[in-house]
Amino acid sequence: MHKTITIDGQEVPFEAGQTIMDAAISADIYIPHLCHNPDYQPHGSCKLCTVKVNGRNCSACTFPAMEGQDIQNHSADLEQDRLRITQMLFVEGNHFCPSCEKTGNCQLQAVAYYLKMHDNHFPHFFANREMDASHPEILIDHNRCIFCNLCVRASQEKDNKNVFAISGRGINKRLIINSKSGQLKDSDIDINDCAAHICPTGAILIKGTGYQVPIGQRIYDQQKIDEVSLAEESKDHG
Amino acid sequence: MADKLKLATTSLAGCFGCHMSLLDIDERMLELAKHVEFDRSPITDIEHCNPCDIGLIEGGVCNSENVHVLREFRKNCKILVAVGACAINGGLPALRNHIPLEDCLNESYRDGIGIENAQIPSDPELPLLLDKVYPIHEIVKVDYYLPGCPPSGDVFWTFLSDIIAGREPSLPYELIHFD
Repeated sequence: MHKTITIDGQEVPFEAGQTIMDAAISADIYIPHLCHNPDYQPHGSCKLCTVKVNGRNCSACTFPAMEGQDIQNHSADLEQDRLRITQMLFVEGNHFCPSCEKTGNCQLQAVAYYLKMHDNHFPHFFANREMDASHPEILIDHNRCIFCNLCVRASQEKDNKNVFAISGRGINKRLIINSKSGQLKDSDIDINDCAAHICPTGAILIKGTGYQVPIGQRIYDQQKIDEVSLAEESKDHG
Repeated sequence: MADKLKLATTSLAGCFGCHMSLLDIDERMLELAKHVEFDRSPITDIEHCNPCDIGLIEGGVCNSENVHVLREFRKNCKILVAVGACAINGGLPALRNHIPLEDCLNESYRDGIGIENAQIPSDPELPLLLDKVYPIHEIVKVDYYLPGCPPSGDVFWTFLSDIIAGREPSLPYELIHFD
């Protein structure tokens, strides 16, 4: 017999070893997330998946499901926290959607739409971040990096390489590239690597593929991220 | 009919694309005109804002004149609205924010390709540029935000219809776009 947790009053079965996020995805329940992807080890850094477990805040993607947990997911308070977290991600980097090729396919933008974000609320950092256009096929725009660590994990876990890392702390945190020059062209990344395609924002883009789908006809122009996310993630892991 | 609502609009560091998009409400403009009277706006050519119900601000704040205009709107408008990406986060003009202002001026007026009679403009009538392009909520309190580059005609129509009807404005998912 399955053990169960309760998410927003709904009984949800889980198996030993599953996180709250795993159990939610299996039950077709969307918990907003950016740094989590079921194909990779959970990282727990973006905090968007914060839920209340028996009254205490926990990251659903890293917290193990345990018998008898009473979990709040879609409460007004939590959605407000998620909105503020998303707004902080927007002001920390330089996210100018009208000039970004990822617009409409961007998970950061889609989460913002989902949370009905109309403004960025906080003062902007307008951080000075570089671009790395050195590689012939892959572009890095550090302005759009949200430090989700997915490219780091993809390179290590799937590509058996070690192209990316996050370095520094706080406002000095940045994505670094494992090559002598620090440039992408001198790393051993390949266009077929998972790490080149995993970025949820427009920080890692494939060159020569821009605007193949017109703005207005892209993924999140058509569908909300909860539907897209559950369709993709429960198909592979449900 | 009750008195019409007074509406003022302006473009600060914007491209007037949001104003063009307001015109995209097309024939609904006639319906709007039954409920709304335009005060200061590029549509009327009134130069200073009188007391108004709604102020629509397009564009971010890039120079001293933008600051004065924005403060005039805030002082006179009961409801102040940031319209479009530039008013909300500085938009594409804010791409200059990581370049020192002096470098921007030198590149545009002194060192750029094809410049003759190079000089940095210094006519006292020209508004001074700010160090950065700022979103308007960093200068004044903003009541509502209409995202988009530009927000579609339907966004303007939905928002203004709600205000005219006395409802709390609300945009459905399909009208929220940052591009």
